[in-house]
Parts: sequence; C-alpha cells; structure tokens
Amino acid sequence: MLKDITLGQFFPGTTVIHKLDPRTKLVWVILYIVALFLAKWFVSYALVLVTLAAVIAASKIQLKVILRGMKPLLFIILLTAVLNLFYSQGDVLVQFWIFRITRQGVMNAIFMMLRITMLVTGTFMLTYTTSPIALTDGLESLLGPLKKLHVPVHELAMMMCIALRFIPTLIEETDKIMSAQKARGADFESGNIIARAKAMVPILVPLFISAFRRADELATAMECRCYHGGEGRTRLHQLRYAGRDYAAYALGLVLVAGVVALRVCGL
Amino acid sequence: MTPIIELQNVSHIYSAGTPFEHAALQDVSVSIAPGEFVGLIGHTGSGKSTLIQHMNGLLKPTSGQVLFDGRDIWSDAKFTRQTRFKVGLVFQYPEYQLFEETVYKDIAFGPKNMGLSDDEIRARVYRAAGFVGIDKENMEKSPFDLSGGQKRRVAIAGVIAMEPDVLILDEPTAGLDPVGRQSILQNIRDYQRSQNAAVIMVSHSMEEIASNVDRLIVMDHGALAMTGSPEEVFSHAAELVALGLNVPRVTQVFMQLEKLGADVDSSVFTVEQGAQQLLSMLKGGGRDA
Amino acid sequence: MENQAITVKNLVYTYPNPDGREGIQVFQGLNLSIGQGSFVAVLGHNGCGKSTLAKHFNAILLPLGGSVHVYGMDTLDESLLLAIRQQVGMVFQNPDNQIVSNVVEEDVAFAPENLGVPSDEIRRRVDDALKAVGMYEYRKHAPHLLSGGQKQRIAIAGVIAMQPKCIVLDEPTAMLDPRGRQEVLQTILRLNRESKITVVLITHHMDEAALADRVIAMADGKIVADGTPQQVFPQVELLQRVGLSVPETTQLLYRLRQAGVDVPLCALSVEDCAQAIFSCLQHSRQNRRTET
Repeated sequence: MLKDITLGQFFPGTTVIHKLDPRTKLVWVILYIVALFLAKWFVSYALVLVTLAAVIAASKIQLKVILRGMKPLLFIILLTAVLNLFYSQGDVLVQFWIFRITRQGVMNAIFMMLRITMLVTGTFMLTYTTSPIALTDGLESLLGPLKKLHVPVHELAMMMCIALRFIPTLIEETDKIMSAQKARGADFESGNIIARAKAMVPILVPLFISAFRRADELATAMECRCYHGGEGRTRLHQLRYAGRDYAAYALGLVLVAGVVALRVCGL
Repeated sequence: MTPIIELQNVSHIYSAGTPFEHAALQDVSVSIAPGEFVGLIGHTGSGKSTLIQHMNGLLKPTSGQVLFDGRDIWSDAKFTRQTRFKVGLVFQYPEYQLFEETVYKDIAFGPKNMGLSDDEIRARVYRAAGFVGIDKENMEKSPFDLSGGQKRRVAIAGVIAMEPDVLILDEPTAGLDPVGRQSILQNIRDYQRSQNAAVIMVSHSMEEIASNVDRLIVMDHGALAMTGSPEEVFSHAAELVALGLNVPRVTQVFMQLEKLGADVDSSVFTVEQGAQQLLSMLKGGGRDA
Repeated sequence: MENQAITVKNLVYTYPNPDGREGIQVFQGLNLSIGQGSFVAVLGHNGCGKSTLAKHFNAILLPLGGSVHVYGMDTLDESLLLAIRQQVGMVFQNPDNQIVSNVVEEDVAFAPENLGVPSDEIRRRVDDALKAVGMYEYRKHAPHLLSGGQKQRIAIAGVIAMQPKCIVLDEPTAMLDPRGRQEVLQTILRLNRESKITVVLITHHMDEAALADRVIAMADGKIVADGTPQQVFPQVELLQRVGLSVPETTQLLYRLRQAGVDVPLCALSVEDCAQAIFSCLQHSRQNRRTET
C-alpha cells in the first residue's frame, strides 16, 4: 500500500544521530556519497557498509522501517542490476541465445545494487533522524553564502520543508481518492499499460486540485502567522555545533580517506 | 426476508505482523434489511469507516464473511466488483473526488464502469441528477465551477447513478449550513423511498440521526456497542456519553424534566415528538406534572 | 474607542472576478464593532460573507471602501501589517492545511520565529501556548498522527504563541467529531474567560453559538440580527428565513408557543429549557385544579 512509503518521514528520537547538528548530517551525507562512489572493490564497500550499519544501529531506527521504505525502489534496483548483468563486456561466464553474462557483468550488477541500496538508505537516515525544519535550517545555513549571489536560499529551504511536511498528508489523500474511485467501479489493477495510465486520471486530477487548494489555504495561514520571508526570522532551535559534531566531521573525513586509500590499493 | 447485507463475525486487522498492527474491527456481526434506513454512530477511530468499507468490498475481512443478498462477496472476483456497484459508498467530503470536465461526465463515471449502454447511462445520469436537484443547464458545466454544496450533490449523484440497492454515506452533511444539510437529507430519503434502497448513514449529529433513521448501530473500539431503534439507543444516555457520543438536545431536556420530577416519557428524540407529548399534557390529557 | 478590538465602518468589498468581468459584491457599507474581551459568534449560511469578513480582521483582505480598525490600527496602513496580524490570530477549518512543521513544537514556534522573537523567549511562549491548549505532552509528536481535535488545538497554540489580544476562528469544528468539538470549544472558552482574549467564532452549529456573549447573524453580506444569544435565537422566523436553524431547545419552545403555550423563548440551555417547561406544566396543573 501507499502508506508503506516512508520516504521523507521523520522518526523523532533522542539518540546521538538525532542530536547531531543538521549541517553536520548534511555534510556527512555528502561525504558518505563521495565515499560510496569512490569505493571500488569489496573491501571498500564493506567499510562503507559497516559505517552505515553503525549509523543505523546508533539511530535506533528499526531495520524493518528502512526495508519498508526500500520497497518502492526494488524495481529500479533490480532493473539496473539486470541491465548491468547483461550489458557488460568482459570474460564470458554463460552464454545463451542473444544473452551473454560476463564476470565483469556479475560484479557490476552486485556493486550497482549495493551502491543504490546504500545510497538510498544513507539519505533515508538523514530524513528519518532530522526534522524537516532542522533540515531546512541546516540547508539554509550551509547554502547561506549563495544569498550574496541572489539565490533565494530561504525560499527554497522553506519550500522543501513544506513539501516534506505534506508527503504523509498527500499519501493519505491519494489512498482516500483511490478508494472513492474504486467504489465507483474504477479499476486500477487490470488492462495494459495505456489502460492503467488512463485509469490514473481520476486519481491525479482530484489530487492536484486538492494540492492546490491546500497550498492556497496554507499560504493564507502562514501569512496570518506573520510569515514575511526569511528576513528577520529567529529560530526556536538555534544551530550550534557541539563536540560531537566536530567528532562526526573528523570521522567523515576518515571514512573518505579510508576509501581513497583502499582504492589506491585496488581493494 | 434475506438481509441485503450481512456481516458474520467480521474482524479486520491493519498492518498485520508489523509493530503497527491493530484490530480495527473485532468480531462484528451486523445485518441490514432491504429498504432500511440505518444510522451508524461512534467517535473517530471506533471502526465506522472500516466497517462501511467492508460492506462494498473495498476492504477484505481478515476473518469472517460479508454476504450480499445471501452470497459471500469474496466468493469470486466478478461478484466482488459487482457488489461495489450494488452497494454505493459515498465517502466523507466526496466533492474532493470529482475529476471530469463536465458534471454529466462525472456522474456518468460509475455507470460507464458498469458497462451500460449509452442510452441507459444517459437515463441514469439524469435520474440521479434529479434526485439531488442538479439542474439540466448545469450538466455541461465544469464541476469545479459549482459551489461547495452543489459539488457535494454532484458527487453523491455519481454514486446514486449506479442505482445501488444499498447507499452508504459517510457524514454526507459535514460542513454544510442548516439549509444545505436539510436538503441533502431530503434527497437521500427520496432515493431510499423511490428505489426501496437500504441507506446506511454515518453522522456525528444525533439530531440528524434521530429524525431520519429506523435503526441505530453504535460502534466502539472496533466492536458493536449497541443496536436498536433510536428510542432504545437514546434511552441509554449515560452509556452513549461514556462512548464519547450524546443524545439529542430534546432528549436531554426531557431527561432533565424527569429529574425535576415531571411525569414525562423521556423516550423522545425529535422536537415534534416532544412538542406533541407536552401539548397533550398541557391540554389536560393523560399525563400530569 | 480603546476598549474596541475591531471596528468596521462602511465596509465595501467586491470579490475580484478572474475573468476581468465585474466581481461579486459582498459588502455594501457594513458596520460592526467588537469589544475587547468579548466572545462573539458569527452565524450565516454558506456564502453569506462571514469568512470574507473575518479575513478583513487581520488584513488578509483589504477594504475597497470604508475602513477596518484593529485596536486602533487601520488595516490599510501597510506599515502596520505585522502588528495587526500579531494582534489578531486566525484559525481555519482544516487543521491539516495550517500546520507548517512535522513537529508540534516547531509548528507552534513558527509565528514567533517570523516575528523575530529571541530563541529563549520563543521556547517560553511555545511551552505556555501548548500548556494553554492542553497539548504540552505532545510537543515532540508529529501532527499528522494526532486526532482532528488535537490538531486544531495545535493550530490554536500556534496562534496564541503570537500573544494576540484577539483570535478569529473560521468554522474550527466543522471537520471534527463531537469529542474533538468539545476539546476545541473548551479551549476557546478558557482562553476567553481566563486570558481575556477576544474571540470571534464563525460557526454553523447553533449550540456553539449559544455559548457566546453575543451572536451576529449574517445573510447576503448584511447583519440581520445582533445581540445576546437570548435576544437573537428567539427570532426564529427571521433566522429560518435567512437559512439558519435555531437550537433544538428553542425549536421545542417555539413549537409550544405556536400552539398557544406561554413559554419564554430565551431559555437556551437544556437546564433552562427544562425549567421553563416544568414551571409551565406545574402552572397548568394548578389552573386545572382550581377549575375543578
């Protein structure tokens, strides 16, 4: 069901990971992604995986929740794996009809799957452990220098925050509209791709209209609460680095350095 | 008489096998007779919505059976789909499900899905529009250009156009003003009478329930708490209050009169009944203060 | 004038029409004033202009003619915009569409943040506001997992955190079940009685309006009745003519009066109504006794 999508959800908590400054976590995710893309062979992947596992364990987010979040992406992951499996050049392992599986293909498929899974899980960890407002604050602060170049940093950050806030609401709404149209005999399960795409119209139209209505009402409600852009805004939680943030930065750099070292060694 | 819908020991568990597991319905048995007007009450989270979504096969019971006209609706896929047409379900704020370019097309969506002929569809759309008071000149307008109350009527017509034997409505009057409320209730009664359809209406307004239904079903914590005529159910005021519900204000007045020592019959739940009783007392009839 | 929260003089307003044709006229010279600390209920059929009027109270809409003064501040004066909105908080029907954040306390902090209040002061205001609506223990929760009544109380807290003198609520209970309605109404009453906050409650529920000190009934952009609930509700014919109903207690008394029984129409609460009928019953019994 649609309710299984946990993307963008926040699970409040009091662990070290939750308490880290959002800027630290954002930079960490970037370092983590860099490390992941520099990883070349099993040993480097293992290092990144262990890091990820440690973060998950420390955050006390249940593995089940993470796996549930992965479900909608399963198809994409498998598709990339299959494409890599069949379309890599190299030493042929198996050959049948027009298909050819190579040793490199198998390796590529495995690494691709690992990479996507770990990439997604890592970024999930950011949204799971950071409230959208904290995330927005972090982004705004990190991108702050761009304001000088007239990039609307605050507006972008606010937009992202609201988008995240409304994901659960809109998912619930989609479920409701789907049920309502099913009650009128709409059929989303049978037919070819074109028929199915057509069957989505009765869901998408009301969903868009509702999203616009919500946006309009939210804008008024925000104005009523004296929202007037980022100028002169103060914050409930001010961003302040603590000792753990410096430690986290150091660990992040160690991770990247480690992966680079392993890469040089061809591991 | 065979009940038109019957639920036998239906239980429904959401997210079974996960930490979010919770039983939305527990061993519920209900039967609805053809042509009956049933009120369904209970506070939010008592299982009303889950219950009504079982009646037209949108949800499948975890255990137990749902029978339509004596036949298990899950016995084969075709029959499940047919049940959706025979048991029309109007959701809360149904105007948010409108999507077509014109009012006509939107009302026709259900009948079209039933695979009816164009002539039959046309006839049904106009009949349904007639029940809810949508004028012919509005049929080619975009539903989004109508007022809130009219949009709701169009949405209800979209379900009525399937000409279901059972019409289920989840808070059909929510958010409407008194005149809008009254006229939608009248539309529903008209449909019920002319088609001899059973109607199941969820409402938070005890006054609305009291003056429309033949029978009441009270839900609490996913189970059936009470069922009976409005008289029977509203005589259990204390229990209803404990369930987060209430009795109509008129009934409250009569209960207060009893407390003051007046010899009144407090099984009164509409203003008209109350007035009649008091007038006959005042005119020197039977009862006395 | 100082004890007036809101003063509306000769208000003219026309809804702009997107097609550029002539708009729909809502108000043609409306006059109204709302006293500081009062609890005013505004009734009216859908589309009678109640919500449009409410949006003039905090400069979301601006008068095209006449004026609206909020605590002496003219809403047309752009430099006073934030000061006006800070004084008059507004709560809408759908709680989902007014909550900005995924965490209750961060949502309540939104308005003070916009006003540039220092962090520790925001903390204090957020805690006070959440305690005032009885939602303090939910401060770390995600709003979308709360009940409708709870969400609406969060929305009220989000407004109180601005420390306004007046709160305008536009059908705040329309989407709630009886329990949620009770929660919200009790919160509103408490704010009015204990914190002396002026309350303007727009509603379709007559029994909610009966709780107010003053009831204003509107129809087609005009005020058709204005007074205490005891003065307004007895005007049954007038209210019904403009598409409003009256509480069931009044309906019962009205029905009796129509049949020639002398009962007062202003007994609104269940207790008062029962008492009025009871004394009437006793009176008729005595009369009959003297006859025989």
